[in-house]
Amino acid sequence: MNNLRGVYTIWYRDILRFWHDKMRMVGSLFFPLLFLFVFGSGLSTSMGLLGPGVDFTQFMFPGVIGMTVLMSAFMAGVSVVWDREFGFLKEVLVAPINRATVAIGKTLGAATIALIQGIVILLFAPLIGMSLSLLTILSVLPLMILMAAALGSLGILMATRIKSMEAFQMVMQLFTFPMIFLSGVFFPPEGLPSWMNFLVKINPATYGITPIRQVILGTGAGSPFDIVLFGHTMTLWNNVAVLAAFGVVMIILAMWSFSIQK
Amino acid sequence: MVDDITMADYIISVENLEKKFGELVAVNGVSFSVEPGEIFGFLGPNGAGKSTTINILCTLIKPTAGRATINGFDVVHQQSHVRQSIGLVFQDPSLDERLSGLQNLRFHARVYNLPAKIREQRIEEVLNMVELWDRRKNRVSTYSGGMKRRLEIARGLLHYPRVLFLDEPTLGLDPQTRNRIWDYIIQMRKREGTTIFLTTHYMDEAEKADRIAIIDHGKIVALDTPGKLKSMVGKDIITIKTDDNHKAAEEMKERYQIEARNDGEELTFEVAKGAKFLPSFIKGFGTTVLSVRLRRPSLDDAFLKLTGHEIREEEASFNIKTMARQHGRRMRH
Repeated sequence: MNNLRGVYTIWYRDILRFWHDKMRMVGSLFFPLLFLFVFGSGLSTSMGLLGPGVDFTQFMFPGVIGMTVLMSAFMAGVSVVWDREFGFLKEVLVAPINRATVAIGKTLGAATIALIQGIVILLFAPLIGMSLSLLTILSVLPLMILMAAALGSLGILMATRIKSMEAFQMVMQLFTFPMIFLSGVFFPPEGLPSWMNFLVKINPATYGITPIRQVILGTGAGSPFDIVLFGHTMTLWNNVAVLAAFGVVMIILAMWSFSIQK
Repeated sequence: MVDDITMADYIISVENLEKKFGELVAVNGVSFSVEPGEIFGFLGPNGAGKSTTINILCTLIKPTAGRATINGFDVVHQQSHVRQSIGLVFQDPSLDERLSGLQNLRFHARVYNLPAKIREQRIEEVLNMVELWDRRKNRVSTYSGGMKRRLEIARGLLHYPRVLFLDEPTLGLDPQTRNRIWDYIIQMRKREGTTIFLTTHYMDEAEKADRIAIIDHGKIVALDTPGKLKSMVGKDIITIKTDDNHKAAEEMKERYQIEARNDGEELTFEVAKGAKFLPSFIKGFGTTVLSVRLRRPSLDDAFLKLTGHEIREEEASFNIKTMARQHGRRMRH
């Protein structure tokens, strides 16, 4: 009960802060929408169809949702570093709550915010000529939460190790863009040069974005957008399993790292 | 077993506490006990081990050796109980400036497990006490420095802690605000019997303590009431200014066997009965005396005698550090 209360309190504060800071919402949606509409519309005509009935913008759409989720998930780490910088972390660290619950609360906060932002991107579907059924939307939501929680934990883990704001921001930038570019947001994850193929396959974001694409585009087995791992074409559930495994390891490490930090 | 019983009588009990950071020994075998309801002053130059000791007591870091209990709970093995027993007002701000004062207190009330029924009532009570009830819905970023401090004190008291740690609680505040903050603290102690553990660079604040421990180089060098500490200096303090301080110092040594401290500007020395000593001294002294001051020893003098530092110097250098940091933060906004 005590732990639940801790998780809730930490989560609630992050949501409150998000709510107070509506510019952050606009700011963090700017890039994904820029990519979707400018990049997407610009390249769509010259690239034609990438798959059966799927043009470039439509191909990119699930990726852009994943990109939004990734960027807001990493904000969990930023908020830890931010709290340390402005002193509030001390109030949290001396409080009689289990430190591991703080890591969980932060992760869930990031997941909630990522979910809200992902849903906003989903609302743009009709503008690029896609109609999503309610079932599709309901299936995407848990995928977004899982991806945000997994990557949010990674962000928190890094935030407990990297103490300075400047260093953390730099590391985040070093991670964010390569992770986005090498996750199949802008191009299918197969048929790449081998060095790139390797990076795409070890990128956890790949296993977050691919299942979102599998659900939204409704592609079955044998689609050109699927990941092939050791000769095996990864199904939706295969991808979810990889992401979930990564997420579990990350949240455990984040909880442990938060517990021992000073 | 006998040990445990005596330890339980004290609200804070520290035995041979030691903390090493690599080669550096920050706290070197510190022992002291604090009685319930006491205002306990903890003074020392910067880097003497003050903050390290406080961080151990409030469970932020673990000691290398020794033992400490708060409210009967061990700071290493019963962290959660210790945390529930203490309130903290840190040297550096620790509020969420993006939230309102009320939201900050609600966060605190929740993590300290105040039952929902009494939560709002308690928040109203402490906000009224620090006169911030009217501003409760404003974001903390719109508060002045003094208001933020008051809010932190309200927060520190919200869960009725047995011990309230005040680490430089009024640093950089104007005298009026400082007085008000002290009114709340005294009020709380009277009503709830809260024990106050205080660090400060203001002598008038240290005077409010029932007992003061002075720590230097990781060791407690004195522990007594402010009155007794002052009487340790013993003698009256005379400060003179002459047209040649160097020559005057020589003369002091020859004629009175008194070792005067020369800070370049003035000479300071101690004599047993200053008021009797002065008239004959000035009449007979070979060097021309330009000005004379005589005073009874203060806590500052005791501090100086014990640590070789003046408290004020410390305060000045500290303020510059804090200002630079706060400035840096503002730039980053």
